[in-house]
Amino acid sequence: MTPAGWTVFLVAVSGMTGLLIWCVFKVVSTPGSEKHLHSPADIDTHDH
Amino acid sequence: MPMDNQPPKETWNTRFGVILAVTGSAVGLGNFLRFPGQAAQNGGGLFMIPYLIAFVIVGVPLAWSEWALGRYGGRMGYNSAPGIFRRVLHSRKGAYVGMLGTVMPVLIYTYYVLVEALCLYYAWHFLTGTIPALGDSVEAVGGFFVQSLGLGANGALFSADGAPFLGVVFFCFLLNFFLIYRGINQGIEKFCLYAMPLLVICAFIVLARVIPLPAVDGRGILDGLGFMWNPATQDGLIRETLANPEVWVAATGQIFFSLSVGFGLILTYASYLKKDDDVALSSLTSVAGNGFCEVVLGGLIALPAAFIFLGPVFLSDPGNIGTFSLGFVTLPNVFNQMPAGQFFGFLFFFLLFLSAVTSSLSMLQPAIALLEEGLGITRKPSVAILGFVTLIGTLFIAYFSAGATALDTVDFWMANFFIFIFATVQTLIFGWVIGAKRGYEELCAGAEINIPRWIMPMIQIVSPGYLLIIFGFWAVGRLPGRIQGMFNPPEGEPPVILMSVGFILIVLSFFAFVIARANQRWPDPQQETRS
Repeated sequence: MTPAGWTVFLVAVSGMTGLLIWCVFKVVSTPGSEKHLHSPADIDTHDH
Repeated sequence: MPMDNQPPKETWNTRFGVILAVTGSAVGLGNFLRFPGQAAQNGGGLFMIPYLIAFVIVGVPLAWSEWALGRYGGRMGYNSAPGIFRRVLHSRKGAYVGMLGTVMPVLIYTYYVLVEALCLYYAWHFLTGTIPALGDSVEAVGGFFVQSLGLGANGALFSADGAPFLGVVFFCFLLNFFLIYRGINQGIEKFCLYAMPLLVICAFIVLARVIPLPAVDGRGILDGLGFMWNPATQDGLIRETLANPEVWVAATGQIFFSLSVGFGLILTYASYLKKDDDVALSSLTSVAGNGFCEVVLGGLIALPAAFIFLGPVFLSDPGNIGTFSLGFVTLPNVFNQMPAGQFFGFLFFFLLFLSAVTSSLSMLQPAIALLEEGLGITRKPSVAILGFVTLIGTLFIAYFSAGATALDTVDFWMANFFIFIFATVQTLIFGWVIGAKRGYEELCAGAEINIPRWIMPMIQIVSPGYLLIIFGFWAVGRLPGRIQGMFNPPEGEPPVILMSVGFILIVLSFFAFVIARANQRWPDPQQETRS
């Protein structure tokens, strides 16, 4: 791996990992986040 | 008639559950199969420059605007993209503008179910030992792949040799519609929330086996990583790669595909949220989880391992690192040469199958929402109508399987062409019709994080400007060849490309008819209260 390859690798991996860690920290440190955060899997689309 | 939206039925009991739900919701085929192939085909490490740029100026703004626009439309009483666009634009024609947000997922479903079936087929053949028995022969695994998808000749899947895979396709098709018809798709999606972390764990285990791999013929892990991550070093090649609109379109298309934005899916799901539900942190966490799985896991497993086992000569053929061939030829070869590869091969493809089920179920939801609210029918007849339309499409694509021409054509127009148009229109509507002030307020409503104010100029100008420029350059270069190809089929072959485009037009016409009927039922948009 060349130095340029290492640079691209480290920027991309640390950027994505850092963003994910920050988001997880915000979720964990926000009171009531379990009531206000959603993903498509928990949204009720009235399919009953 | 538009209905009052009810609040989401359930909430997650713990914050850990939230993290699993939100980050796992969009992890899947795009991260592990599509991304490494796209990167390797488009300049290796250089691909990451347009990828990261597209992530920041298209991925995040589009995810935020799609969630916020969907929630806004839902408050106005609509759950489908045509209904939402009609209400926001205060015009019956607006419903036709939103039509792509329903048609794209439906048409993508018609071929996605084949890929879903292929994951299950591979899982089964890893479990029963058929694929491991092929050993390290690339030709043998490649032959298995060609035979499975019937790539050799049209109608091959309808012969005795193709029947087993066609049976799996029907099983997957019926499974999806059974789950939707019985209204238990939410249950399976919730189950998959806990299965998706398993997929990530499985990927970490495979990664842990790949990194300490001993060198094969002098090729070690650092050489493999170099193949994936090294940017082209010659100045001319760097300029050539970064000046190629194909590379930028591929990077942006990868962002759309893996983040599930720009298709209209999120628009429909978000329409069921309450005003005080968060969309900012939810969508950003989902985007971040995807980016992590894609770059860290997707970028470290498939290609580096393939480089070690199969070598640079094999991978220098673009045909060997395409999405399908990387996932279904190269990776099985890698599993076949790994200790306990049979078990990990089975687990990997089975978990990919589960993630594909959740994706295909979500692709059906926007059309069901339109049929229900547009025609005033209940869910079950909506599912039946949609089942008929998609079955015709899947049979068409399965029959014209030679060289995957029908599949490639539908994929090109949906996932490369119309998605850019719809994503651009969506950002323009959010940025300019909803407007900067109201749009920002909408994004911030219920937000669990502070959203920077510069996001609105980004959504208004930078994102659509970027999309229009790269799409314009790409269309000028690619479209004439594509259109010419429609009318010049290989001698003696049926005009499959033209027929595929004809099928797309038939589906568009069908949904235009549905929207025309819906426009008669829905209240006059001019008289609906502006809010």
